[in-house]
Amino acid sequence: MMSPNLTASGGCSASACGSAAAPEDMAPEVWAKVKNHPCYSEEAHHYFARMHVAVAPACNIQCNYCNRKYDCANESRPGVVSERLTPEQGVRKVLAVAASVPQLSVLGIAGPGDALYDWKKTKATFDAVVKELPDIKLCLSTNGLALPDHVDEIVAMNIDHVTITINMIDPEIGAKIYPWIFHQHKRYEGLEAARILHERQMLGLDMLVARGVLVKVNSVLIPGVNDEHLIEVNREVKKRGAFLHNVMPLISDAAHGTHFGLTGQRGPTAEELKKVQDACEGGTKLMRHCRQCRADAVGMLGEDRGQEFTLDKLPETIEIDFARREAYRRQIEAKRELAAFARMEVKPMETKPSRVLTVAVATKGDNLINQHFGHAKEFLIYRADALGVSFLGARKIDDQYCQGGLGEDSSLSRIVALIRDCDAMLCAKIGGCPWGELAAAGIEPIDDYAHEFIEPSIAALYAKRCADAPADA
Amino acid sequence: MAYKIVASQCSACGACEFECPNAAIAMKGDGFAIAAAKCTECEGEEPRCIGVCPVEKTIVKA
Ligand code: SF4
Ligand code: SF4
Ligand code: SF4
Repeated sequence: MMSPNLTASGGCSASACGSAAAPEDMAPEVWAKVKNHPCYSEEAHHYFARMHVAVAPACNIQCNYCNRKYDCANESRPGVVSERLTPEQGVRKVLAVAASVPQLSVLGIAGPGDALYDWKKTKATFDAVVKELPDIKLCLSTNGLALPDHVDEIVAMNIDHVTITINMIDPEIGAKIYPWIFHQHKRYEGLEAARILHERQMLGLDMLVARGVLVKVNSVLIPGVNDEHLIEVNREVKKRGAFLHNVMPLISDAAHGTHFGLTGQRGPTAEELKKVQDACEGGTKLMRHCRQCRADAVGMLGEDRGQEFTLDKLPETIEIDFARREAYRRQIEAKRELAAFARMEVKPMETKPSRVLTVAVATKGDNLINQHFGHAKEFLIYRADALGVSFLGARKIDDQYCQGGLGEDSSLSRIVALIRDCDAMLCAKIGGCPWGELAAAGIEPIDDYAHEFIEPSIAALYAKRCADAPADA
Repeated sequence: MAYKIVASQCSACGACEFECPNAAIAMKGDGFAIAAAKCTECEGEEPRCIGVCPVEKTIVKA
């Protein structure tokens, strides 16, 4: 994750100069691999798009949070079935998206199913896509059981990111999460199953790290089962060289028909999640901007244009305009450079260190405050204090305020509740009525910074607030 | 001597097709089906298709 670069004290340090500076605490070779990846780089997620195709539905383990009739709960919003595609259909879909979304930089294969267990389909899809789009990055998600068998092929195919879902390092805990696994033609249950899975996950992680493949670890937080334990998981995967650790909440509902859903296992509250994420921070970096997108998500993080690209809507012949993709990349480099320079101006404040400003931002990308309040699908939450501006995470709005037509008060009040803890809300434009509601809730709506860079605007706002009210704080 | 797939239960994940040592399983319509003539019930071992199937009671004695 990229934190605002506050070290620039003039001059041109290697890390802060040129296109999109690497965060100080990330090795340059890691940064080179992730800098255009919207999932891994907080900075990149403002500019690049990713897509997933669900071409590998077979799985070799059973998770208690998963009902295979729906999407895999770990990678998606459950309850919505993804479009199942054959590899040929998957390839056509990728090309159609690339033709109309020049930001597309990442193709991922995740659930439902396991991309490595169903390897033939994964490989066929990747091979065909790379032939047409040599500049695309490939990534895949796995539960790790089949991982050691495919490490060499992963390296040979130039896949430089792999996500492993690791929910435990203690088989006793694993047995509560996984009722069975299927390994070497045989079903294993209980402790034995969890022990084999754990050993294969650690082996696969070590093998990837040894070969220089970036490994992200996803963990599903299951209250009462692995909450405290995830801190140990964090320590272990960090020690073994995972570069990111993403703790996400269990999404559980009886209607999903999962074991956890049916037995009343609840998901964590926002505070419980934050508590574990905070305890892990400083360990492997956490992806606070992860949106837990659907397995067939398409678009920039925080948006899902999947419905525009369902099979029946794909054109017969697909022409990709490579010049347009190239032009977009160049334009992005220029924008990122500007944003990096803008960030350099975010200086620590001469003020009481206790003063904190929490700000919600409506953006549609490019690191700019450029979204109309009523069109926002999510808010990015930032915190400003005496040390500078830092990114806290993204919060999704379930249904858009505008969609319900005028006077959909209930969704407006839900948005107010969503950002209740914020002192201000920055957007490009906002109508009179929502303005009043926000102000009444103590969240100051501000459109003075429309189309300006996010972090410098927040820094300016913070400075202004400090100057306006020097006495309190 | 064969197993069959209860079509209404099958999630069409294809894992059983993948695991069958006798290539007895193939896509049929929206789901998968076992060709009874090819199924050997895995010759006394635990049937692999049942072991890998994520939906309980989907693969049963024909
Ligand atoms: S689920 Fe998280 S990691 Fe996966 S694509 Fe979405 S944001 Fe990226
Ligand atoms: S029982 Fe064995 S041989 Fe018969 S379909 Fe299942 S896996 Fe194939
Ligand atoms: S493993 Fe079960 S659910 Fe999957 S295709 Fe075979 S019968 Fe259907």
